[in-house]
Amino acid sequence: MVAELGHFALIVAFVIAAVQATVPLVGAHRGDDNWIAVARPAALTQFLMAAVAFFALMWCFVHSDFSVYAVYNSSHSLKPLVYKIAGVWGNHEGSLLLWILILSGFGAAVAAFGNNLPPALKARVLSVQGMIGVGFLAFILFTSNPFARVFPAPEEGMGLNPLLQDFGLAIHPPFLYLGYVGFSMAFSFAVAALIEGRVDPAWARWVRPWTLAAWCFLTVGITLGSWWAYYELGWGGFWFWDPVENASFMPWLAGTALLHSAIVVERRDTLKAWTILLAILTFSLSLLGTFIVRSGVLTSVHAFATDPARGLFILAFLVAVIGGSLALFAVRAPALKPGGLFAPVSREGALVLNNLLLATACATVLLGTLYPLFLDALTGDKVSVGPPFFQATFVPIMLPLLGAMVVGPMLPWKRADLGPALERLRFTFIAAGFAGLVVYALVSGTSLTAAGGIALATWIILGGMTPLAQRVFRRGAGGADRLRALPRSAVGMSLAHAGIGVVVLGLTALLTWQTEKDQVLRVGQSMDVAGYTLTLRSVGPHPGANYIASRAVFDVAKGGAVIKTALPEKRAYVDSTQVTTEAAIEPTLFGDLYVVLGDADGTGGYAIRAYFKPFVHLLWLGAALMVLGGVVSLSDRRHRVGAPAKSRTPGAAVAAPPARAAT
Amino acid sequence: MRPALVVPVALFAVVAVALAVGLGLKPREIPSALIGQPVPAFALDPVENFGPGLSNEDLRGQVTIVNVFASWCVPCRAEHQLWVDVAKTGLPIFGLNYKDTPANASAWLAQLGNPYQRTGADRQGRVGIDFGVYGVPETFVIDHNGIIQLKFIGPVDRVALETQILPKVRALQALVQPAPAR
Repeated sequence: MVAELGHFALIVAFVIAAVQATVPLVGAHRGDDNWIAVARPAALTQFLMAAVAFFALMWCFVHSDFSVYAVYNSSHSLKPLVYKIAGVWGNHEGSLLLWILILSGFGAAVAAFGNNLPPALKARVLSVQGMIGVGFLAFILFTSNPFARVFPAPEEGMGLNPLLQDFGLAIHPPFLYLGYVGFSMAFSFAVAALIEGRVDPAWARWVRPWTLAAWCFLTVGITLGSWWAYYELGWGGFWFWDPVENASFMPWLAGTALLHSAIVVERRDTLKAWTILLAILTFSLSLLGTFIVRSGVLTSVHAFATDPARGLFILAFLVAVIGGSLALFAVRAPALKPGGLFAPVSREGALVLNNLLLATACATVLLGTLYPLFLDALTGDKVSVGPPFFQATFVPIMLPLLGAMVVGPMLPWKRADLGPALERLRFTFIAAGFAGLVVYALVSGTSLTAAGGIALATWIILGGMTPLAQRVFRRGAGGADRLRALPRSAVGMSLAHAGIGVVVLGLTALLTWQTEKDQVLRVGQSMDVAGYTLTLRSVGPHPGANYIASRAVFDVAKGGAVIKTALPEKRAYVDSTQVTTEAAIEPTLFGDLYVVLGDADGTGGYAIRAYFKPFVHLLWLGAALMVLGGVVSLSDRRHRVGAPAKSRTPGAAVAAPPARAAT
Repeated sequence: MRPALVVPVALFAVVAVALAVGLGLKPREIPSALIGQPVPAFALDPVENFGPGLSNEDLRGQVTIVNVFASWCVPCRAEHQLWVDVAKTGLPIFGLNYKDTPANASAWLAQLGNPYQRTGADRQGRVGIDFGVYGVPETFVIDHNGIIQLKFIGPVDRVALETQILPKVRALQALVQPAPAR
């Protein structure tokens, strides 16, 4: 009954989305206020219906209703409640439903809080949002009904892939989707602007907070995925350049570029066509990511539901959305009037460089991801493009970007001289070089590359803070007031930039000083890794809620004294044939001690792998700083949703659409 | 319309065509270089108590199935009952016991039933490497000339058995046995 209710709600949402996609658009074109007014209730009701459907499915999962195929296929009655709930999006159908819920949620947010938007623009934005909704709702209703029943109802479910039964991964998809789908707002605004034929600073002011929020969510999502891979896959890798990871990384790169180019539109009223194109591409890459994960065109360690029939539907949808919007762009972009001019060396120039490098980096990732597909399609050869390709292409593109990201914010708008900007950075530069040299001289095993990495990281971290410091520590009193008066967006930028530097620092340390050791140990024997002594005390069974583990007990000693106990496990799940490795990760100030229990050799010994991962926590800290920077910047008064701008009224900045008289 | 603005949509068209072609491809099906090749030469002792042993000479003269299994391999356990059932039809199935300890392998077969007419204990995994095994279980269909005709990676389920493996076996058997005189 609950399942049928959910199914019905989905059908209602589909019909409403169809109305939302058409009526307000026609209304905006004709200047008919009644038709335009349909957008708001439609968007709100669509969200309500999606929520009903979503919670209906969640009810089925929580109550283990195995007569619902999605529940039977990915849940189990013994599963802990949190994974029953996470199971809702741990399968193809439910994850689509989550996608739809978030998509309609963003639409409802614009409908509810976008009161300062010109009504025609709002109507068009919600219409485009409705079109995307129609596509996804049709997809779920016609190819992937989450409420399909099985008869006779099975007594027990098949269980969720044990690798996915993990808290980090349970909350990973919602964040990823909030990011992916969040970019749909930028997309809808871009298409609406193309239809209107006008982009102005006010437009950028509305788009930026949505993009920034989506970017924050996506950053959290990618970091959670990476963190999960680090502790769950059993060898402490955190990034594999796997197609599915690339699928989330490409929108991140494009979205980062979009964040920066939108600043130029907002402040200087230029780079409009490029920003529109970026908005379209960012969401297109999000859709492409869905296609890659869901269709099985590329093999991946992560792909868990692949079906060519669904792939065909998504492909048709991609062609309609991406092809349609890019064609619209080709036709309408010339109508966007170019704005202010700027010299190559200027804040604008630096942001253009940022965009060029990010776009190129994104293109190389796209090429590396799709190359096996192209080659297979053309010649039938099977290749896989691995980390060496990405390291050889992506890293050299990122290096100048990382170096320049400190200089850009020092440049004034319109026209700048490099000299004074570099002058203001001389202490940062000296400090960075000094840091590199000190580490090179004092820490054994440091290569020149590693010293360069340390210097680069220091340059970015200190350089990120420099503009703030120079505003606060000027001559004269009132430093505290100046600190309080700092614009939040400037603080946010500094935090996010410093976060990148922290990640670079963590990567450099990890790649340079990681140690690894493989050894067969019997109970009572010990091994040394990175100054720690691991002594195997025992190996025994350790039952869990829906698995049986063998758990090893290690004493971790440093300098003769036992400081910790490490408990790596291997788990065999009752509802699956898969065995998972639970590494014991012991965090220390200087990095993680990472111990993995391998197979028994049959004669009383166990294969043990132990790593020391220096400063790996800087990766997560850096990502957290980036997100924090985004959130702080979002809280800036200029970006607050619905907050009126201080100096100018939005109404004055926005010319009324041609068909409507200004009121 | 400026030509440069058409570039994005044109590039996307190329990607879309590649994706459309890609939908029809199956990246998971990795062609084995050994298909159409004779089985590598080998001679192995049997798994204890589950003899006789297995060599490449045993793979000639009739259509056979070689199933690579190991007691430590959980998916092997999942597919094992299927082989026990197939063995009852009289089809010759040979077991290649891959990187296993003799005691574990014997205990495993004793517990789950032995579908194999012959077994070969490949303790070091050398023969497995010659067969191109890179994940257990794997299943090979070999014709009467000892030529590998099909390789199946991963656990065999009933669908795979009925749609891929048994049809291949029957087709090869039909080739071997001359059509009955009319």
